[in-house]
Amino acid sequence: MNPEPGKTVLEARGLEIGYEGYPVMRGLDFSVKKGDIFIVMGGSGCGKSTLLKACTGLLEPAAGEILYGGDNFWKAGDAVQNRIMRRFGVLFQGGALWSSLTLGENIALPLQLYSKLTALEIREMVELKLSMVGLSGYADFYPSEISGGMRKRAGLARAIALDPEIIFFDEPSAGLDPVSARMLDDLILQLRDMFDATVVVVTHELASIMAVGSNSIFLDAESKTMIAAGPPRELLAGSKDARVINFLTRGKKKEP
Amino acid sequence: MPQNREQIETNGGLDARGDLLPRVDYDFSAPGALRLKIGGAWKIAGGLPAAEDVIAQAKSRPGLNKILFEADSSFKWDSGFLVFLLVLSRACRSANISISGEALPADAWKLIQSSARAHAGPVRAAKESRLEALGGKALRFIAGARDLLEFLGEITLASCRLITGRSMFRRSDFFYIVQTCGVDALLLVSMISLLVGVIFAFVGAIQLTMFGAQIYIAHIVGIAMVRVMGAVMAGILMAGRTGASFAAELGIMQTNEEIDALRTLGVPPVDFLVIPRMLALIIMMPLLTLYADLLGILGGMAICTGMFEISPMEYWEHTLQAVKLSNLWIGLINSIVFGVIIAVAGCYQGMKCERSAAGVGTATTSAVVSAITGIVIATAVITFICQILGIK
Repeated sequence: MNPEPGKTVLEARGLEIGYEGYPVMRGLDFSVKKGDIFIVMGGSGCGKSTLLKACTGLLEPAAGEILYGGDNFWKAGDAVQNRIMRRFGVLFQGGALWSSLTLGENIALPLQLYSKLTALEIREMVELKLSMVGLSGYADFYPSEISGGMRKRAGLARAIALDPEIIFFDEPSAGLDPVSARMLDDLILQLRDMFDATVVVVTHELASIMAVGSNSIFLDAESKTMIAAGPPRELLAGSKDARVINFLTRGKKKEP
Repeated sequence: MPQNREQIETNGGLDARGDLLPRVDYDFSAPGALRLKIGGAWKIAGGLPAAEDVIAQAKSRPGLNKILFEADSSFKWDSGFLVFLLVLSRACRSANISISGEALPADAWKLIQSSARAHAGPVRAAKESRLEALGGKALRFIAGARDLLEFLGEITLASCRLITGRSMFRRSDFFYIVQTCGVDALLLVSMISLLVGVIFAFVGAIQLTMFGAQIYIAHIVGIAMVRVMGAVMAGILMAGRTGASFAAELGIMQTNEEIDALRTLGVPPVDFLVIPRMLALIIMMPLLTLYADLLGILGGMAICTGMFEISPMEYWEHTLQAVKLSNLWIGLINSIVFGVIIAVAGCYQGMKCERSAAGVGTATTSAVVSAITGIVIATAVITFICQILGIK
């Protein structure tokens, strides 16, 4: 399926997430439109990554629904869940490359599992995806042999191995120097345009939020819910909430 | 400050870094106030005058209610001076003496005032009582048992997928694990089982030489090794070697989100990580056991040949007479069961590992302990079953 531009690809309704009866966030309602770069922002430890886990099928929500193009992910059977999961790619915080495999094998694995490409085609595809993230020639390196920033980019190459419709990023610029972080932001925009994909980014990096975000929600740890929604620039210009403004101006402006 | 006075005399007033040592003089000229004239370097490394001495001086004058400072040009400070001030101000508060720090460096005084302000830190959950701790343990035990059952269920489903050819794992991974848990363990297994054979021969010899029946050492060593000890020794070695490495490997993969990455790809981690490990161990354990049996018998043979003048041929003949085929089967069934126990213990602990360095350590320890316990219990159960069924 290939949704029209502006069509909702991911929707959360009355979502409540948490660990073992301990709620982290509740009352989350948002929808991500095709082609959006959707930012989930908020302070450290507010539950952004937990929300991402719920969206990517790693943690069942305590209540509410997550809909992918109309399919209720957590109520669907294994077959439908797998079909949905094959449509998205995830870049984990540390890259989460499989350490016993080379970069090439990491990227080849999803292709071997879910595509009908021949071994030769897979090798070409691996090289193509590596060059997209600026790592051509690194196919035979193991994750332990490259730097943290490169690992993240390799993780991205794996996330886009199957040309996903939705790409999730968990703190993409965490631990990167400003230049590498900026490169990753550019890469996010490029990939969105190249694959006609939708991007969901969990981050608290203001520079990235303003540079790439087309829509966003703001999670607040204290009230355990989202306290603002809208394009980040509009939030910066017009939010009435002191907490949002405080965050978006790095605490420089106390009142809206 | 007697200590500092001494230092001043011995070092010429300088510390190891060439800074002047801290000094304080008392000036009681102002009415109701003590003026502290301070100088030198008040630093962590150099040792500090005791705040208690200052308090004692202040308290010795009745009616004194204020402490002032006067720093000379040699005065230098770091957080050591701040600690001195903090201790002093706490003691002054309880003695109703005020401190005025206007003459101090502005930064130092500001820091003191901000840290003196009471900060409402986060409230920690109250420590649980012993009864609560016990209850918590019981609940965790039940939850753990449920987890383990769930894991066994997942393994069963994954095994069904394996049999129907729908399992997803890389053949190269499987062969790599076969090599590390089989071939690479040969040297260790050889050494230990050879020695176990030697030990059995010695222990048997103590009794048997009394009757001149040394030749029966071959029976003792043969039956013991083939029926149970070969499998148990190989099992314990594999639990320590391979079980621990499974737990650590999977635990670190869990910590690095590598297992999450598999899940989001729609690959069941049990298929991809547990099944190849389990399969490899189930195949390699009987082979290692056979090998251990043989080496144990060789160990016994070496002792008999070397010490009791029994020829190797004779020893071998007696071994063949003593060891029945049923012994071999029991040993091999034991080894397969051990293989399952070690693989399940290692993989289960690794998969449910907490995401921290300590978590990986705990997972590894638990994997080895539970595998060895499981091996001993399984041996007892199998021996008991054989007894009931009359398999000798």
